[in-house]
Amino acid sequence: MSAFARLVARDLRLALRQRADAGMVVLFFVLTAALFPLAVGPEPNLLARMAPGIIWVTALLAVLLSLERLFLADYEDGSLELLALAPLPLEATVLAKALAHWLTTGLPLVVAGPLLALLYNMDAAGLPMLVLAMALGSPSLSLIGAFGAALTLGARRGGVLIPLLVLPLNIPVLIFGVAAIDAALAGLSPRPHLLFLGALFLVTLVTAPLAGAAALRQALE
Amino acid sequence: MHRFANPGRFLRLANALLPWCAGLAAVSIALGLYLALFVAPPDYQQGESVRIMYVHVPAAWMALFIYTAIAAASAVALIWRHPLADLVAKASSPVGASFTFLALVTGSLWGKPMWGTWWVWDARLTSMLVLFFLYLGHMAIMNAFEDPARGFRAAAVLALIGFVNVPIIHFSVEWWSTLHQPSSVLRLGGPAIHASMLWPLLVMMLGFKLYYVSLLLVRVKAELLAARLRARAYAVLDAS
Repeated sequence: MSAFARLVARDLRLALRQRADAGMVVLFFVLTAALFPLAVGPEPNLLARMAPGIIWVTALLAVLLSLERLFLADYEDGSLELLALAPLPLEATVLAKALAHWLTTGLPLVVAGPLLALLYNMDAAGLPMLVLAMALGSPSLSLIGAFGAALTLGARRGGVLIPLLVLPLNIPVLIFGVAAIDAALAGLSPRPHLLFLGALFLVTLVTAPLAGAAALRQALE
Repeated sequence: MHRFANPGRFLRLANALLPWCAGLAAVSIALGLYLALFVAPPDYQQGESVRIMYVHVPAAWMALFIYTAIAAASAVALIWRHPLADLVAKASSPVGASFTFLALVTGSLWGKPMWGTWWVWDARLTSMLVLFFLYLGHMAIMNAFEDPARGFRAAAVLALIGFVNVPIIHFSVEWWSTLHQPSSVLRLGGPAIHASMLWPLLVMMLGFKLYYVSLLLVRVKAELLAARLRARAYAVLDAS
């Protein structure tokens, strides 16, 4: 087993031992989304119209929840320094952390998304596209989030800072994620939006580990 | 470039430049305002309210210009560890955020008589708002660490990532607004702008640029002097 896979497996094992944490993210996702009908009223057409947007926005917020812990535990007990000294490049470490974050946060959200869509009375024709768009967009959220978490490591108000740094960078994912679902619901081709989501994923796949590793090196100096 | 890494040399240069920059900034802003408020003709559609443009457009240009300057300073700071580049980035971001805020507020004041509303989710307004948040993030992370050097470097990485993202965000917002909004918004610059309006605009822009340079010199000077004071205080503590 390569060092990369070992690192991902370790993070997954740690997450599984604290199963409540992963469950909390999905719970937050569903709970926040359940607040909107209470706030804007239960009218089915309105909710169906708003469903893609609300699901994406709450997903964006739910991803933020677990970001602060992403490097903090390893930073505090010193294992991050050992990881930095290990032969595995620090960029790969960031990528492994982001992958583990996506598997424990992004993937459950992708699974919970269609459930919320049903609660919101969204047309079933949009469901496959919802899953596809979230599956393609949420890895970018984890990658950008990993960068934000690395940058704020050791900051005084890290938990408050991360949303301020990460949310503006997530805006393109939100726009194209919602647009893909809206296009599928309107009977248009969602292809351009999905291509953009894919392009955003590829760009973050390259830049986020580089920038995240640069940020981690400063934190460990 | 490393000639000016010496704080003493930079301070001498800044002291020599500052009166000229500040004086020229005052003269060109005064001249620009006179041209904009009294000389330039009112717009045939928008009437007198078009005069907001002479503050709004240069402020919006400055918002983008200063973010570019911060990204350039951050790159210099990360690559060459130039000590002044960090200070330039730190001194620039509140100025840039203020210009962005000014552009947003004047845009809103302009929007009320023109579009009948304080705010529309138009592509330009929205991406300006996002730029404002990027500035705030930069300022927040700069001051978030006990060790100022750590804040400098984290802010530099963020500024570079933000700089890569500004066009991406801008184009995605543009795409989004064409999807959601029919072209109901009155846009500037459809027909080529007439010289009588262009000149006040250019003079104002020059004034804003010089104003930024003057503020930058003052703020970097203040940072350098503060560092000197700190060093002196430590020296006194060590001696006692």
